[in-house]
Amino acid sequence: MYVAVKGGEKAIRNAHRLLAHERRGDRAVPDLTLAQIVEQMALSVARVMAEGSLYDMELAALAIKQARGDLIEAIFLIRAYRTTLPRFGYSEPLDTAKMRVRRRISATYKDLPGGQLLGPTFDYTHRLLDFKLAAEGGEAPGTPELAEAAEEDMPRVTDLLGHEGLIEPDVPEGEIEDSETGDLTREPLSFPAGRDIRLQNLARGDEGFLLALGYSTQRGFGRTHPFAGEIRLGEVEVEFFAEELGFAVPLGRISVTECQMINQFQGSAKAPPQFSRGYGLVFGQGERKAMSMALVDRALRSRELGEEGGAPAQDEEFVLSHSDNVQATGFVEHLKLPHYVDFQAELALVRQMRREWEERNRKDKADAQEAAE
Amino acid sequence: MNAQADTATQAGEGEYNFAYLDEQTKRMIRRAILKAIAVPGYQVPFASREMPMPYGWGTGGVQVTASILGRDDVLKVIDQGSDDTTNAVSIRAFFEKTAQVATTTRTDEATIIQTRHRIPEKALKEDQIIVYQVPIPEPLRFLEPRETETRKMHALAEYGLMHVKLYEDIARHGHIATTYAYPVKVDGRYVMDPSPTPKFDNPKMHEMDALQLFGAGREKRIYAIPPHTAVESLDFEDYPFEIQKFDRPCAICGAENVYLDEVVLDDRGGRMFVCSDTDHCEERRAAGHTGEAGGIPLKGEETAR
Amino acid sequence: MSAKPLPDEEPLLRASALTRLYGERIGCRDVTFELYPGEVLAIVGESGSGKTTLLDCLSTRLAPTAGIVEYRMRDGTMRDLFRLTEAERRLLMRTDWGFVHQHAADGLRMSVSAGANVGERLMAVGERHYGDIRGTALDWLSRVEIDESRIDDTPRAFSGGMRQRLQIARNLVTNPRLVFMDEPTGGLDVSVQARLLDLLRGLVSDLGLSVIIVTHDLAVARLLSHRMMVMRHGKVIETGLTDRVLDDPQAPYTQLLVSSILQV
Repeated sequence: MYVAVKGGEKAIRNAHRLLAHERRGDRAVPDLTLAQIVEQMALSVARVMAEGSLYDMELAALAIKQARGDLIEAIFLIRAYRTTLPRFGYSEPLDTAKMRVRRRISATYKDLPGGQLLGPTFDYTHRLLDFKLAAEGGEAPGTPELAEAAEEDMPRVTDLLGHEGLIEPDVPEGEIEDSETGDLTREPLSFPAGRDIRLQNLARGDEGFLLALGYSTQRGFGRTHPFAGEIRLGEVEVEFFAEELGFAVPLGRISVTECQMINQFQGSAKAPPQFSRGYGLVFGQGERKAMSMALVDRALRSRELGEEGGAPAQDEEFVLSHSDNVQATGFVEHLKLPHYVDFQAELALVRQMRREWEERNRKDKADAQEAAE
Repeated sequence: MNAQADTATQAGEGEYNFAYLDEQTKRMIRRAILKAIAVPGYQVPFASREMPMPYGWGTGGVQVTASILGRDDVLKVIDQGSDDTTNAVSIRAFFEKTAQVATTTRTDEATIIQTRHRIPEKALKEDQIIVYQVPIPEPLRFLEPRETETRKMHALAEYGLMHVKLYEDIARHGHIATTYAYPVKVDGRYVMDPSPTPKFDNPKMHEMDALQLFGAGREKRIYAIPPHTAVESLDFEDYPFEIQKFDRPCAICGAENVYLDEVVLDDRGGRMFVCSDTDHCEERRAAGHTGEAGGIPLKGEETAR
Repeated sequence: MSAKPLPDEEPLLRASALTRLYGERIGCRDVTFELYPGEVLAIVGESGSGKTTLLDCLSTRLAPTAGIVEYRMRDGTMRDLFRLTEAERRLLMRTDWGFVHQHAADGLRMSVSAGANVGERLMAVGERHYGDIRGTALDWLSRVEIDESRIDDTPRAFSGGMRQRLQIARNLVTNPRLVFMDEPTGGLDVSVQARLLDLLRGLVSDLGLSVIIVTHDLAVARLLSHRMMVMRHGKVIETGLTDRVLDDPQAPYTQLLVSSILQV
């Protein structure tokens, strides 16, 4: 006998209680602390901060804990929290030339002012499971030798090329450096989008999506002939211009990873042959994302630079409309919501078309028989 | 209801502004709504915010509702016509928690009705607003994937492609085979997606007394149909628009000319058809109407777990 | 057509000093000519001669670097095409003009039926009677020699020649006055080409169409056009009545072109 499907409220209540229970897992295992996540899952924290576009390690750790380690869910939590925060204004542009560098490598110069600095990296490690880590309370690794922080600023590789005029300027000639930067959390995305909006979109974009797109440009779908001019990781000061004081005040330091790709460019009627740039910047340590972002940024400039377009990574509408994993996951997963009203309509239509089809067939058969007689 | 603490955000009360969004954001959204009302059927871009529910689950509708909600409003939330589907429950609880407004399941008591996929059977009144949740606001999207191109097509009222789709239906099936999200032309100008409501509901939009607002959060668009506005479902002169007809009344309340849900009773083909609009069904039963299934208790027992 | 026939001395289209550069490279340079109602003009040249660039500029698919293209609208006024509003331009393109692409797939909707392909322009200008649209589509299919039973098939199921004929029907259904054609017979077998050219010649004279046709094939120009322009390196190097140019070419390049092709 039919019973009206009631009890949505109770079902939700019970499901959430069960979720909380499962999130905690076996009570015999100690509860994770946020400090543990911040310290030992630092790259997850960095990704959540970058794609959640909120720099707060504690909150990112909380989101990861609450999301049971599902990073996209954690990013979603951070984004939803972020929108409720009051907005005081925009910081001054970060000066990455003044970064306190922890890692800095260039694939274009063997040696350069400031030197190559390998820093904390998985590069050149052998990807062998380290069973020593499996033992609880194992010995702490030895203290690494740390060099004194360099006194001088480390010039960016692109600045070195810039002095020779061999690379396009950061800000195209004729444009004013401090012209207003767009904010896609405050204005809806529209096309064509400026590079500021594109970069903002990519900085928040899904690492996996950008990785695949960046990879596709290397495999020939929109080639950009990239060189990793420089990748640097470290701490930079964030400054905020306070109207009341009339000068910029430092707010603190944040960790960022910056990637400057150097790309071939043949020159055009307007511009001489020179190198062009692709740019990537993310919160925390996130080299894969920063590099992918730089590749895609450069690919998206194909029209501006008069290059042949048509590859997925060069298609602004395609890339920018699908990069956001919070949007994507919501819409993919909304298929779980009931659609039975629409399905009912389709069900009735299919039944009707079946009936019509069978009638036609019957009639055809009858006609054929008549003709045969 | 103690369900609130679990269903809405986990944060405690008082930490968020009335109806969650800050007042500046609400103003921005209300400006978009006003523009949408001024240009019926036109999709107004707005800076959609991240909401504490996923994109595609009603964030557009929730933002519109949050922006127009006042403390004296009475809110009804339905999904598939029902007040008690999980997502409707979740959204209702969200506003109970963040705005402490009164809620109802009765269509005629509500001042604001947020809906997904249905329009209530009972005619809406002048002092009511219906807010639709919209997944894909662009009616031309599946004919032309580019936003830059579809905006141009709207601007120039180039809607021939829409009829190509309907022509193909008739050529192939002998009749138009679009059953829901059936495109309409608003006030003789803009072609609009009515959201994935069954086409059964399209005639209700025409000259409706209530204000109709549409919010698409992920796609960042708001559009509107002001009260008493012509809404015409696209068709051909010789193949006029038709709505679904059910060859039997609701099995529970005996209602005719309403949209019915099919309920599968067993695995031997047994099924029954009941009102999709649960409030409408309950009201009729309270008034003594019964269908062939007969005396079913007014408040059904809980089956979902 | 309701519009009054235009006096013969008034041109339908006029190009003045039309130039299109691609950076340093020349697409076409300094092209000036007039096209009269009912006239078929062939633009011939080798690939890279600038003939397609010129066609794209004339049909407003490409903005010229310099120069003007004017067109006599149905109300008789001469308008600068690049000063039309987007709405006017698009209306012109789907009513008063046609464009036949070399590759039919560029000019057809490959996933909708032949009937809808022909009917689309009618629906775009407000035709709302399914039976009438279908009737007109059937009529046009027979005029381009496509069997009526194929009306509900998509062009994917059509041969190359049929696709091209369908594309022509799709363009002519709104009674355009000017049709642009870009190598309409390119890529077809010789026998199929001949049949298509025959059909085109018949339609053009029956309907009194003005045509600007780009081709590298002098035989096509000879068969279809009244007048021709020979292009090389982006410039028009010779122009005149088709028979005159082909029988008595003046420019050395045209002489070379004519002798090398017609002797084969």
